[in-house]
Amino acid sequence: MATGTEPPRLTGVHDPSRAAIAARHLRTDRWWLAPAVTAAGLLAFIVYSTWRAFANADYYAAPYVSPFYSPCLAENCQEMRGGPNLDLFGSWWGLSPALLILVFPLGFRLTCYYYRKAYYRGFWASPPACAVAEPHAKYTGETRFPLVLQNIHRYFFYAALPVAGILTYDTALTFRNDRYEWGHMGLGTLLFLVNIALIWAYTLSCHSCRHIMGGRLRHFSKHPVRYRLWGWVSRLNSRHMQLAWASLISVALCDFYVYLLASGTFTDPRFF
Amino acid sequence: MSTYDASFRIWRGDAEGGSLRDFTVEVHDGEVVLDIVHRLQATQASDLAVRWNCKAGKCGSCSAEINGRPRLMCMTRMSTFERSETITVTPLRAFPVVRDLVTDVSFNYEKAREVPAFVPPQGVAPGAYRMQQVDVDRSQEFRKCIECFLCQDTCHVVRDHEENKTAFAGPRFLMRVAELDMHPLDAAQEAGLDRKRTAQEEHGLGYCNITKCCTEVCPEGIKITDNALIPLKERAVDRTYDPLVWLGNKIRRRADL
Ligand code: SF4
Ligand code: SF4
Ligand code: FES
Ligand code: FES
Repeated sequence: MATGTEPPRLTGVHDPSRAAIAARHLRTDRWWLAPAVTAAGLLAFIVYSTWRAFANADYYAAPYVSPFYSPCLAENCQEMRGGPNLDLFGSWWGLSPALLILVFPLGFRLTCYYYRKAYYRGFWASPPACAVAEPHAKYTGETRFPLVLQNIHRYFFYAALPVAGILTYDTALTFRNDRYEWGHMGLGTLLFLVNIALIWAYTLSCHSCRHIMGGRLRHFSKHPVRYRLWGWVSRLNSRHMQLAWASLISVALCDFYVYLLASGTFTDPRFF
Repeated sequence: MSTYDASFRIWRGDAEGGSLRDFTVEVHDGEVVLDIVHRLQATQASDLAVRWNCKAGKCGSCSAEINGRPRLMCMTRMSTFERSETITVTPLRAFPVVRDLVTDVSFNYEKAREVPAFVPPQGVAPGAYRMQQVDVDRSQEFRKCIECFLCQDTCHVVRDHEENKTAFAGPRFLMRVAELDMHPLDAAQEAGLDRKRTAQEEHGLGYCNITKCCTEVCPEGIKITDNALIPLKERAVDRTYDPLVWLGNKIRRRADL
């Protein structure tokens, strides 16, 4: 008879067949630190990027364009001379143009194998840490909608390539001064260079990229060029987590730098 | 040479029930947790059940959980703990307990049997197999496995959800599927067995959410998630979710890359 007060059915580490130990885990180290730091870091980025993406202001200070607004796909974009203005959407788009393009990097990072690990652990506690029981009664992983959609990651990888290409173009444009003359450099140029290197390293170290380059082959010996490429990507791939964080921070920093310049808080130190 | 007394808490009991019991036991320089368990057996608890064999991290028998972390007892040095620390040793918590530190790991043998074996290529006599080293490098990493089942024990898919045991093979055996799918001579495809598809449909690859606990605990340092599970997921995507690759394979009829 269901009374509504019986204890929940015991499963997982409390399954009756297993060693009777009441504690959900017996770890004595600071296992909660890594998920807490991860969640805090991701949260900070989400808050910051949401503010900047919706702001629709202070994203261009010649010759620098914020990576959050590039390419700028609507008519309401600020005119950037020689810059990444690509009016694909026309005048009906009234919201911040950042929202149009950020969908791609957002989707890329959201379905990234590393970020998946990070937020499954950090936000969803599934699991919070190894051998620490998760709080969920049921678990189907990535077998069902919506998480089965994580499998489309490689399309976001394809989309990330042109985006990285455009950011590379933006970085080239930073070798101008604010009168659009070439052959100059400022502190921002350096920041943009570091950022684009990290963006490319992160993008190319992607697990889908590794698979496409050569991971799907069965006979490396028959495909020496692809084997080489796979080898390079594999080396980068072993640093994928570090690159994910480094590029996330650098992209936010570049945007913040442009914000400081555009809002007149700071003047770009020019080298030459 | 120095000696000290360490505090241990060891789970004792069987399928009917049990509890953590306290012991104070002598520790000598250079010892590992398994040595201490053996000293306990010799001096204080002669009926303490524990499984072990090689004492060299190679047989995979002495898997247990030490301070809540799945580890090999013979490879866990006492010098990694503070002398004042109480060290808790329990049996693996994902499998049915038999007695004390011994669990019933037959789940793993059942899962092993569910993975179809290597399919010999037609027309090549067993002694005539030739493979290039670059083609077997990847599988060789997986062959380092000592079958300690620490990865299977830690994986939250089955550790925290008993009901998933039917559907999910676990990291060790998904790695086996990956190994065979990468094998340069495996003729499963020709025999009508699509390992990329069965990984998803029969061995439960989709349950893995790539949170890497298997990799974290593997005493052989195998990069299970990065080198076996994620590549296998990508291979499954080729089959199921990527129309471009599917079309390419149809047109060019290149099943065997
Ligand atoms: S990476 Fe996958 S298989 Fe490994 S422990 Fe995590 S969920 Fe289990
Ligand atoms: S893969 Fe590693 S952890 Fe898993 S059974 Fe093999 S050696 Fe043990
Ligand atoms: S970008 Fe992280 S795995 Fe593809
Ligand atoms: S006793 Fe063989 S691995 Fe520990």
